[in-house]
Amino acid sequence: MSTTCGQFSHPVSAMDFMPRERLRMIQTENLQHMVDISYKNVPLFRQRMDERGVKPEDIKSIDDICKLPFTMKSDLRDTYPYGLFASPMKDVVRLHASSGTTGKPIVVGYTKEDIEDWSYAVARCFAACGVREGDIAQVSYGYGLFTGGLGAHYGLEKLGATVVPASGGNTERQVMLIKDFGVTCIACTPSYFTHLLEVADRMGIDMRELPIRVGVFGAEPWTEEMRAHIEKKAGIKAYDIYGLSEITGPGVGCSCGCGEGLHIFEDLFYPEIIDPQTGEVLPDGEEGELVLSTLSKDAMPMLRYRTRDISKIITEPCACGRTIRRIAKIARRSDDMFIIRGVNVFPSQIEAAIMKVEEVLPVYQIVLTRSHGLDNVEVDIEVNDSLFKDTVSGMEEVKNRISQAIEHTLGIRVFVHMMAPNSIPRSEGKAKRVIDKRDLNEGL
Amino acid sequence: MKITQLSLFIENKPGAMTAPCKLLADAGINIASLTLADTKFFGVLRLIIKDWEQAKELLEKNNFAVRLTDVVAIEVTHEAGSLFNILAMLDGTDLNVEYMYAFAGPNSKAILIFRFDDPDTAVNKLANAEGMRLLSHDALFA
Repeated sequence: MSTTCGQFSHPVSAMDFMPRERLRMIQTENLQHMVDISYKNVPLFRQRMDERGVKPEDIKSIDDICKLPFTMKSDLRDTYPYGLFASPMKDVVRLHASSGTTGKPIVVGYTKEDIEDWSYAVARCFAACGVREGDIAQVSYGYGLFTGGLGAHYGLEKLGATVVPASGGNTERQVMLIKDFGVTCIACTPSYFTHLLEVADRMGIDMRELPIRVGVFGAEPWTEEMRAHIEKKAGIKAYDIYGLSEITGPGVGCSCGCGEGLHIFEDLFYPEIIDPQTGEVLPDGEEGELVLSTLSKDAMPMLRYRTRDISKIITEPCACGRTIRRIAKIARRSDDMFIIRGVNVFPSQIEAAIMKVEEVLPVYQIVLTRSHGLDNVEVDIEVNDSLFKDTVSGMEEVKNRISQAIEHTLGIRVFVHMMAPNSIPRSEGKAKRVIDKRDLNEGL
Repeated sequence: MKITQLSLFIENKPGAMTAPCKLLADAGINIASLTLADTKFFGVLRLIIKDWEQAKELLEKNNFAVRLTDVVAIEVTHEAGSLFNILAMLDGTDLNVEYMYAFAGPNSKAILIFRFDDPDTAVNKLANAEGMRLLSHDALFA
């Protein structure tokens, strides 16, 4: 264990270092409890178990998890609002809901104990990022139905940090708070933080000169290139926090700064990687869709939930000494993927290509259009000081270099469009990278 | 003997020039000369302004991408052959004119603004030529 890693162990992290055999026992016990209460109280789960001929008593060890049916996002919609709850409403002390892009949102519930476990998981995340009592932590995730704000808040309080519940929006004020309150840690989406940096710049504030030293970023996929950009520009260490409301919210896993990837708090959440086509469990190390099960959540147990996030399990022990396994950083979601002329494209590929040309990630947006039955990818990029050249030929050259880099990565032609600064709307939460304007019925 | 030109990125769409020009107008900043390079989707607006620092700050504060470029200002007599004389002097050198524009000055003079690929070499070459009057920023706005 190197010295940099050593400083990150904290009493709250004790479970992260448990011997694997002991961990397996806890996992087995917890899974059995989850299956019991789900079978008893969730009609959809019982019906699917019965269809497969699986009984709760068939779950003899954590390895039997593969016998259980998957849960899909559509199951949450179909049983809206409380259909997957396993506890009576009198025991449910909190509800959260996701912003549904189509129709109804999805609703999740928590008992008092669930909130405790969730806070504990988030506290372990921030502890792994080196956050401690005495840190002043600004939470710039939205507070409300979204799990990000309150999730980070409870975890940080549990850890004993001083929480600044800034929530989202009013970016200039956020910068002022960071400066005036001597904020040392910030939690928000990576895209919002880059926006914050931009606004700080405009206000003449250099983040590198402020006490802020840790950023814990999540709620959307981001790239290593973006991490490098943030770390350099803000003079902070950028960590990755992972979670999703269906499972609990933020706090399912976190990077520790020692090795690559994110540790999953395996006593609370069990990770599997499957082949998204066949549903078959893949061996550790192979890339596929991440499937997560809650091992300690009574209000709404979630068994084998298909996250649509693409990752793989890293089995090599981490330099930090944690025994809990890691998953690779999630740079893409199968949800974000779009298919253009038969090619699967992830926004993160385009982002990485742009950053190969430009050291600094400009603000960009991907627009998909269709004309005469042919799909087109347009990448709108805001001109900034480094991209702007005084001559038309200079501008054309930058544009061509970027479009060639993207074409080289994707193998399809893209049209790069240089935009005026600040013309692309900024996100205050999750960045909207892809605008799909394709009329699939065009020409019909 | 170079002067500073402000270059501004604008999108090629109706009204794109109005916003920066209104900012300058409201601040009482006069434009001595300008040129607009256009492509199908964007344009580069180049401005010669007395108080360019103030203009730059104002435009940047309002989210414009601004770039400073060294250009050379030459005062000539406003008559046939003046521009040709200068260009003839540059023939046989490696100097390339990336773009240029001109405006009429007082007393039958004209002012030519040149953007050279290598402004320093251009200044050296031209400053030593007989009868050539290169203008400093102060001289231009005297």
